Amino acid sequence: MTTIDSVEAAPQLSSPTRPMYWSVRREIWENRSIYAAPVVTACIMLFGFFISAFTLPHRMRLAMNDPGKLHSVVAMPYDTTAGLILVTAFLVGFFYCLDALHGERRDRSILFWKSLPVSDRTTVLAKAAIPLVVLPLFCYALILITQLIILIVNTVVLLGSPALLAALYQNLKFVQLSIALLYAIITIALWHAPVYCWLLLVSGWAKRATFLWAVMPFLAIGIFTKIAFGSQSFFTFLGDRIGGWFSKAFIVPVKGAPHLDPLAALTPGNFFSTPSLWIGLIFAALCLAATIRMRRYREPI
Amino acid sequence: MACIEAHGLRKAYGATVALDGVDLQVDEGRILGIIGPNGAGKSTALHAILGLTPYQGELKVLGRDPWSQRDELMRDVSFIADVAVMPRGMRVSQALDYVAGVHPRFDRAKAEGFLAKTNIKRTSKVRELSKGMVTQLHLALVMAIDAKLLVLDEPTLGLDILYRKQFYDSLLNDYFDRSRTIVVTTHQVDEIQDVLTDVMFIDQGRIVMECGMEEFESRYVELMVRPENLAAAREFKPMRERQVLGRSILLFDHANRDELAALGDLRTPGIADLFVAVMGKDGGNL
Repeated sequence: MTTIDSVEAAPQLSSPTRPMYWSVRREIWENRSIYAAPVVTACIMLFGFFISAFTLPHRMRLAMNDPGKLHSVVAMPYDTTAGLILVTAFLVGFFYCLDALHGERRDRSILFWKSLPVSDRTTVLAKAAIPLVVLPLFCYALILITQLIILIVNTVVLLGSPALLAALYQNLKFVQLSIALLYAIITIALWHAPVYCWLLLVSGWAKRATFLWAVMPFLAIGIFTKIAFGSQSFFTFLGDRIGGWFSKAFIVPVKGAPHLDPLAALTPGNFFSTPSLWIGLIFAALCLAATIRMRRYREPI
Repeated sequence: MACIEAHGLRKAYGATVALDGVDLQVDEGRILGIIGPNGAGKSTALHAILGLTPYQGELKVLGRDPWSQRDELMRDVSFIADVAVMPRGMRVSQALDYVAGVHPRFDRAKAEGFLAKTNIKRTSKVRELSKGMVTQLHLALVMAIDAKLLVLDEPTLGLDILYRKQFYDSLLNDYFDRSRTIVVTTHQVDEIQDVLTDVMFIDQGRIVMECGMEEFESRYVELMVRPENLAAAREFKPMRERQVLGRSILLFDHANRDELAALGDLRTPGIADLFVAVMGKDGGNL
């Protein structure tokens, strides 16, 4: 044991290291799609809504007598922007995870990463942090900026008619919306954690065809239960795992009912008391533990 | 002090035995060359030493068990496992940032100094560099790490002779300080003959010969025999006899040099020639 003590007492050459921080940074360096894809989506949204802004006064005037319709005309660009950027983030996270531990074995760079004093746990957790922390936070900031630019464009377009401008701000509570968005992004990350962690596990395990290994078992079970027992329930379960967060974290708007204030629609109590959330999180933790263990044994393929 | 110590080191992949009970001791300050044909178990041995693969038997590297104490061990050990394993999407400056960020014993100024002697641009991506430059970059990073043990597994494979020579020159001149230990495997055996302090032959998972280079030079001798003396020279029981440009060259182990000198020209054999003699097969794939 003396050798270990003397090693640890040895003078350090440089400042204290931060393996986790640098591991996350190098993931972003190596995978530019993490930020590039959401930014491209945001730019397309901006361009589209910039053009459609010119018809906004006309569309708002047509809907002035119908509060529900007026709300959807006003809110549509903001909801669509948020939704599509989050869908992009999901796709980016999905394919990032599938390649995260497979790519480093394929190009043999795992031998370089393993030559440095960064543990398998730090490496795997840094990779998991990309879809669970980095992408959500980045997309939150990106959505806010995009929505703010759209809001500025809409305001400028409506400057000529004070009534329409008032209607815009009446139907668009930007601060409340941004708080609700942050809440939504957190619930999505928690809800999708088992999906991402499963993908990481497959990525660390499969020698090839990671996509098939990740997806086929679930399709096979779904098709089998459908044929054998005529049951849709497994496909329902899969759909719930992708989109189920919304009905649990929010009051689903009813058609024709008066529109709720964004913050009044949040149901965190319901979300956090949903058993499938916690079962999913336990599954995610097990997948991560298995992935960390597996990376120890992995060699280039 | 022993840097690497192994007793009965064993590793099997299914029915294939890669290491078959290897006993090994490498002392601090040595430069050991591990020589063997493809599939002899060289890489497996190095991977076991680096904690990249589980094994049976006893193995201590710098007093630690490399498999169970890998995270601590890697602060004192660095390695180049293969040419061109640097992550291809990274920029040179990012590679420097990253290693500086995670390695407590990395001296960035030193790495910058090594890089300044090359044509590598900081803004280049690794994929834009030639194979030789990637190796230069990797070596610059590794030499700037104050490690106790450096493991090199075929570090110069596929590089041209200039890069290979430069690689070992900088390793000796700028890195090796007699307290560090270096273990290297390579197929270009004769090029590193002057670099090594020890050599080890490994075949089919077993060590077939090991000796220090001083012992190597005093023990083995090659005789380029004059044709009329061939029969007399054969009386001394050479390990191996081969023909080069019509002349016979005989390799002896523990022979009387004074008597041999009368029969022709003496010289120290190349490691590759001795390897072929020891392995008892011609044209062994080195």
